[in-house]
Amino acid sequence: MIEIKNLHATVDGKEILRGIDLTIRPGEVHAIMGPNGAGKSTLSYLLAGREGYEITEGSVTYYGKDLLEMEPEERAAEGVFLAFQYPVEIPGVANTTFLKVALNALRKHRGEKELDAMQFLKLVREKTKALGMSDDMLKRAVNVGFSGGEKKRNESLQMAVLEPKFAILDETDSGLDIDALRIVAEGVNALRSPERSMLVITHYQRLLDYIVPDHVHVLAAGRIVRSGGKELAVELEKNGYRDFGANEAA
Amino acid sequence: MAGTPETIEQVRAVTEQKYKYGFTTDIESDMAPKGLNEDTVRFISAKKEEPEWLLEWRLKAFRAWQGMEEPHWPKLNYGPIDYQDAHYYAAPKQKNKPKSLDEVDPELLKTYEKLGIPLREQEILAGVEGSEGKSPAIAVDAVFDSVSVATTFRAKLEEMGIIFCAISEAVHKCPELVQKYLGSVVPYTDNYFATLNSAVFTDGSFVYIPKGVRCPMELSTYFRINQANTGQFERTLIIADEGSYVSYLEGCTAPQRDENQLHAAVVELVALDDATIKYSTVQNWYPGNEEGVGGIYNFVTKRGACRGKNSKISWTQVETGSAITWKYPSCILQGDNSVGEFYSVAITNNRQQADTGTKMIHIGKNTRSTIVSKGISAGRADQTYRGLVKILPKAEGARNHTQCDSLLIGDQCGAHTVPYIENRNRSARVEHEATTAKISEDQLFYCRQRGLSAEDAVSLIVNGFCKEVLKELPMEFAVEAQKLVGISLEGSVG
Repeated sequence: MIEIKNLHATVDGKEILRGIDLTIRPGEVHAIMGPNGAGKSTLSYLLAGREGYEITEGSVTYYGKDLLEMEPEERAAEGVFLAFQYPVEIPGVANTTFLKVALNALRKHRGEKELDAMQFLKLVREKTKALGMSDDMLKRAVNVGFSGGEKKRNESLQMAVLEPKFAILDETDSGLDIDALRIVAEGVNALRSPERSMLVITHYQRLLDYIVPDHVHVLAAGRIVRSGGKELAVELEKNGYRDFGANEAA
Repeated sequence: MAGTPETIEQVRAVTEQKYKYGFTTDIESDMAPKGLNEDTVRFISAKKEEPEWLLEWRLKAFRAWQGMEEPHWPKLNYGPIDYQDAHYYAAPKQKNKPKSLDEVDPELLKTYEKLGIPLREQEILAGVEGSEGKSPAIAVDAVFDSVSVATTFRAKLEEMGIIFCAISEAVHKCPELVQKYLGSVVPYTDNYFATLNSAVFTDGSFVYIPKGVRCPMELSTYFRINQANTGQFERTLIIADEGSYVSYLEGCTAPQRDENQLHAAVVELVALDDATIKYSTVQNWYPGNEEGVGGIYNFVTKRGACRGKNSKISWTQVETGSAITWKYPSCILQGDNSVGEFYSVAITNNRQQADTGTKMIHIGKNTRSTIVSKGISAGRADQTYRGLVKILPKAEGARNHTQCDSLLIGDQCGAHTVPYIENRNRSARVEHEATTAKISEDQLFYCRQRGLSAEDAVSLIVNGFCKEVLKELPMEFAVEAQKLVGISLEGSVG
């Protein structure tokens, strides 16, 4: 279980998060919606452990542990996965190499035996096939020359291989056309399970047509201003974020 | 991006280098008195029982050297070198010249064992990931301070007519070859350090591959400086006769000491018609400590002559060690259709300095050259790529492609690119590409979010950056080199 309590955070002295409270139980999918500048990406980076944020108040408890005390790689090893809004290119490093190094780092942390080249290849081929991706993508350098859709599919492949307990999807729909969106969403849905929690961050409702959440929260000006079921997303799509005092153009 | 200083701090923490070859072997040595004069030259020549012509050649070099000045054009910063304050000959004391490995001093054997260098022929170089059963054998010539202590697989190679031995031995064994080719690529008047080497070189490897023979194994020389206050001046000569092929690898380490030690080597390669020489170096001399105290001064002249038509010389270097590196492995493309290649990874960390690159001299028709240089700077290190591509008037249809990429880690290191291009033939085509990049916060965070530690992330990113060069290394060494790239930049060992 992930419990975020009264979380306040600043960037360069400016308060971005102003008291977030959120509890996510195993198997639940929560969506966070909100206007630009509401603090959505800050929340996802902060949970994943990116530097540059100062936490001024509050706590995040992750399965009984203090998440904010952990290094990013420890969080990853404990099962936190962030699907990036803008996946990063690593020239010269083959996708398979990257995945293998990452998976074995996690296995090592958990005290499991590292996979050898053959075992890994077998695993990654299965996952690739299940996601309807071509093996060709495995040989290419990490995200280098990938289209927007390929980058996001690559994130779901990584998620499928690393099997996180808690996945944060940061604006996964950005830069995707409707077909690509559907494919990526199917990949994510295939990974839904009773043990795995997800936090889906999005600006638009359309992603939630495909990844149907259990709970929807509206984040505005650094606070969760409203929570509800999946129908809240539809309402937002109709009325926009104006009701929450947000400036759409911010 | 906020948080930059923290990340730089972290990168600095992981890039602090630990040198695992810094131990010293306790062994009694036979040494020349300190200082450099004609007597020193005669002493070395006498120790090696050299013929008159070679002594004369050395003396000519020494006299030429006395009239030369140390070059100061490289972008390197170091105090004056006192050439009189060093021993120019140091050899482990041995009762008789050992006839087999069983007679070699056990301390020496232990040293190579510790370095992971196989001197027993049944030992094969481990380290190839996932390899089962047979690894290809590697023949090794081990040079300890001023002498070659052992050369393996000689009998097997001799069956094919291949000569692989210490150059001091070749002088006696095949004097006509040595006399014909020694100094034919790097003349004794070539430059300050090469001339010094010509006067006082002590040992090194000699390779001759006869016509039409493809050398069945990697040949390699492992250089070790052990004694304090000595310089190492080795000389390597490789001749590939018509239609032959050889792949050669050189490795080097030295103990950790507070004073600087001079290493001024010369390597000459000669490729005749249709011959190919692939020369790979993994240089890991002691780089000095974090504050720049100690370390090897590495002033090396390496040059290959593609004398014959369709010949090819390929240099691959991974330079991670030394306090100072001054080195420009070059190709003289004399034969028509000959090919020169230079693939380089140079890593400088802490206070290391490197001024390195290559020269491609196109003389023959349709000669081609490729230069791929990857420089990585961390800490307060400074690095310069310096290259010359020269197309002479008769080099119809010559082609060159140069690619120089620099990667900076942190904000206190430097990277410089100084390409010289001289083209005197209208039909020639010369291309130069250069990039400079930093390891970004985004890349580091992305890797760490996937579970990699910061050091593993740096190592992975740098290995990716160097991939084009590392894939040129012989397979047996590629894995080792990858690890070395990681180690040079990490705080951890192994």
